Amino acid sequence: MFRDKGFTGRLFIAPAIQLILLPMAANYTIKNINIAIVDHDHSTVSQQLSNKILSSGYFKLADYTDFNSKAGALIENDKADLVLEFPSGFEKNMIRENNQKIAIQVNAINGVKASIGFGYLSGIIADYNNNLRLQWIQPGRTNTMPTIDVVSSYWYNPSLTYYIYMVPAILVSLITGIAGLSAAFNIVKEKEMGTIEQINVTPIKKYEFILGKLIPFLAVGTVVFSFGLLFSWVIYGIKPLGNIAVLYLFMYVFLFAILGFGLLISTYSQTQQQANSIMFLFMMVFNMMSGLYTPIDSMPGWAQVITHLFPISYFIDVMRMVVIKGSGIHDIRMHILFVFLIGLVLNTWAVLNYRKTT
Amino acid sequence: MKMSKEIVIRTNKLTKRFDDFVAVDEITFDVHKGEIFGFLGANGAGKTTAMRMLCGLSIPTSGEAMVAGYDVFKQPDEIKQNIGYMSQKFSLYEDLSVKENIEFYGGIYGLSNKQIKEKSGELIERLGLHNEADKLVSSLPLGWKQKLSFSVAIVHQPKIVFLDEPTGGVDPAMRRQFWDLIYDAADKGITIFVTTHYLDEAEYCNRVSIMVDGKIEALDSPEGLRKTFSASNMDEVFYKLARKAKRSAD
Amino acid sequence: MKQLLSFIRKEFIHVWRDPKTLVMLFGFPIVQIVLFGFALTNEIKYANIVVVDNAKDVASQQIINKIEGSKFFSVQKTLMTPSAIDAAFKEGKIKLAVVFPVNFNTDLLHLNKASIQVIADASDPNTATQLSSYITTIVADYQAQLSPTMSAPYSIVPEVRMLYNPDLKGAPNFVPGVMAMVLLLVCVMMTSVSIVREKELGTMEILLVSPVKPLMVIIAKAIPYLVLSIVNLGVILVLSVYALDVPIKGSVLLLVFESTLLILTALALGLFISTITSSQQSAMFASMLGMMLPTMLLSGYLFPIENMPVVLQVISNIVPARWYYVIVKAVMLKGLGFASIWKETLILAGMAVFFTGLSLRNFKIRLE
Repeated sequence: MFRDKGFTGRLFIAPAIQLILLPMAANYTIKNINIAIVDHDHSTVSQQLSNKILSSGYFKLADYTDFNSKAGALIENDKADLVLEFPSGFEKNMIRENNQKIAIQVNAINGVKASIGFGYLSGIIADYNNNLRLQWIQPGRTNTMPTIDVVSSYWYNPSLTYYIYMVPAILVSLITGIAGLSAAFNIVKEKEMGTIEQINVTPIKKYEFILGKLIPFLAVGTVVFSFGLLFSWVIYGIKPLGNIAVLYLFMYVFLFAILGFGLLISTYSQTQQQANSIMFLFMMVFNMMSGLYTPIDSMPGWAQVITHLFPISYFIDVMRMVVIKGSGIHDIRMHILFVFLIGLVLNTWAVLNYRKTT
Repeated sequence: MKMSKEIVIRTNKLTKRFDDFVAVDEITFDVHKGEIFGFLGANGAGKTTAMRMLCGLSIPTSGEAMVAGYDVFKQPDEIKQNIGYMSQKFSLYEDLSVKENIEFYGGIYGLSNKQIKEKSGELIERLGLHNEADKLVSSLPLGWKQKLSFSVAIVHQPKIVFLDEPTGGVDPAMRRQFWDLIYDAADKGITIFVTTHYLDEAEYCNRVSIMVDGKIEALDSPEGLRKTFSASNMDEVFYKLARKAKRSAD
Repeated sequence: MKQLLSFIRKEFIHVWRDPKTLVMLFGFPIVQIVLFGFALTNEIKYANIVVVDNAKDVASQQIINKIEGSKFFSVQKTLMTPSAIDAAFKEGKIKLAVVFPVNFNTDLLHLNKASIQVIADASDPNTATQLSSYITTIVADYQAQLSPTMSAPYSIVPEVRMLYNPDLKGAPNFVPGVMAMVLLLVCVMMTSVSIVREKELGTMEILLVSPVKPLMVIIAKAIPYLVLSIVNLGVILVLSVYALDVPIKGSVLLLVFESTLLILTALALGLFISTITSSQQSAMFASMLGMMLPTMLLSGYLFPIENMPVVLQVISNIVPARWYYVIVKAVMLKGLGFASIWKETLILAGMAVFFTGLSLRNFKIRLE
């Protein structure tokens, strides 16, 4: 296996590259929201509010203009994500009538961005509004309006970065890919080259044969995983809050399942190409549905059921829980159980199938 | 085996160089119409490279060559229209049926629908492939594939047909049948240019050339060669020549 | 001409007789659409949260009722200490905890001021932010309700319009991306594999020796996939409109035109890959690495380009799918016309021409 020169390269270089590239790309933080402000009023209020919005750090000014059409075009061209419009006479009318509307248009194609962006904006507006009231209402008069203060605290990831959320998950995805592909390929290659027949003739038992394949792969998996963890620590400063041993334990159970899967695929393929295509398809589906990019909780019931058949979904969850929150074995006991069961099923199926086809 | 005087292939100091490596070194020879010309040599001697130049697959570095009346440098397209080719891997599409393969190659060479129908009927008749006509080529045994491949290569009645190691992996009985087809074609005036490393097949050719290290070291009829080299069969001829060879297998 | 036709016929037969590949070709986009349309989304639904009601008074009750009524939350009412909350987070049972202090209502009535604590599991920052802001909104609503007669003086009332996707569905963001992926997959990978297969099987030589011009070989190989891609595109569009409720607001013709540009670029790339690989497997790998990966990463549909480090942003400019994604969003989701996307179209067309030229040149060189 080591004689395959491409192998060692793929083992280290591919994961390294992916661990660098993917997290760089997979950054869902909502920031640098482009806002265009249409100001028909040019009053102190409109300018103060505009400044406050722009200095919040969430928004970047796309344009400050008098023309609605210009702003509209900016949204169409994706140069602005939001347009805020102050009607003329804004400040005056507010003083007279006690309230005024401002119009906000949001490009909602990206629902999350729209929702969060608008959330920030309304927060800033509300904040400014409160300060404005304090300014204008004479001091001394008691504030007869009750206010409820919502204090948010963000645990485990107070800086709200995405790296810590994505990197462990990406690592899982990588390991799955490498381990799964290697397992499937290896057997199929032997099938193709006919060496399998030779082994069939020897007195080695079927399960011994499979074990003989498993062990080197477990070793490979361990190496890649460790490398990945080290890499995440060095490059991203991610140190698991929980016990690393727990991670390794789960990883072995996970590898057991994945290798079962790889073997299963190989029993159904005759050529490397077939194995490749089937693996590829499954990997895609796994990756997409595993909760790596989109939350499992947002999926409809039937999709969630399917997801729970994939070992990868569990591993991603475990990684995130242990690394970010410091979850322990007790917390992930169900995860371990399920993955082990899945592994058992897959491996048994593979062994049974193998017997049938040869 | 007839051999006319008309020359269909002529080369003069034909050379192919790859950087410093001279694969084909100034070979000069003629091939006559209707001749069965064997092109022998060890692996790496340069025979495949030489043949590729004659087929228009590769441009010579220097020298001259005329194939089927056309210049290799200036008129490669005309050459292609007038030659046939059979590759080592039998050049048939496994996932197409026998008929579909014939139709495809017929179409490629510009035969009209009528012609294709006629030819394919003839071919299938001759090879006895009635029952297999619509079956995928992958289901045919090796010997049949070989014969089919050759027939397809000459479906458009080319002046010359180039055969690159056509009998690889086929048992001797099948090989004999195959050579029958070749004689047949030669009788009809098609010149056969065949490379092979089965030395016993050299005996079936009108003339044989042996390449060593990029040069033609011997060119004569099989009897002539045996006499020249005081050998009882082609193996010996080859052995004596090969001892001079500096280049080993690819 | 007839030569070309018999060639094209053969290519179609190849494709037809390879059912496994066909399944993948058509299955892949359908799977993606189903996934992205129905299963994968960033929308928050029924997030598990816990409400710790230490007050158990009128005010807290009312707020809790509002929260329960929201489709964003699935509420569990338990009394938990902070360490219990921590444990629940660690087990992944809840995403957020809302804590009402003991004297909530009393504080509100007497001091006119009270506070609620929201603790979010910030592993996934966006979810945490969104959930937290939803709670804030609900509370703010309640606050406004408390003094209906006494509307807050000097209120700035934002009126918001969510354009193009008022329901904030996840599908619109993904569908254009899926279109790009599918077209690219079919054209690049399949074309390159098809051409390389001829090389591998040795039939390429035959073709080269025949009077068939190399250009014809390429065209003949590309045409079945061109046709397949357009059919595929049609299937995707139909699915999007009828199954996912993502209508095509702009001109369908324009959409098809732009897609053809992408297809051409992809075909050229497939050709290019076939000239630098010698086995079908490496053709597949090269297609995946060279085409699929950058497309997924850098086209903008899965990951936002604006968040990427500058290096990646620059690289994303040479990924054709990136421009296509912008174009499709503009035409399909925003209903814009050619005037808005002429720049991107020009770039895409330029890429098509450039890659075609490059690949043809490479192909010719390889022949020598």
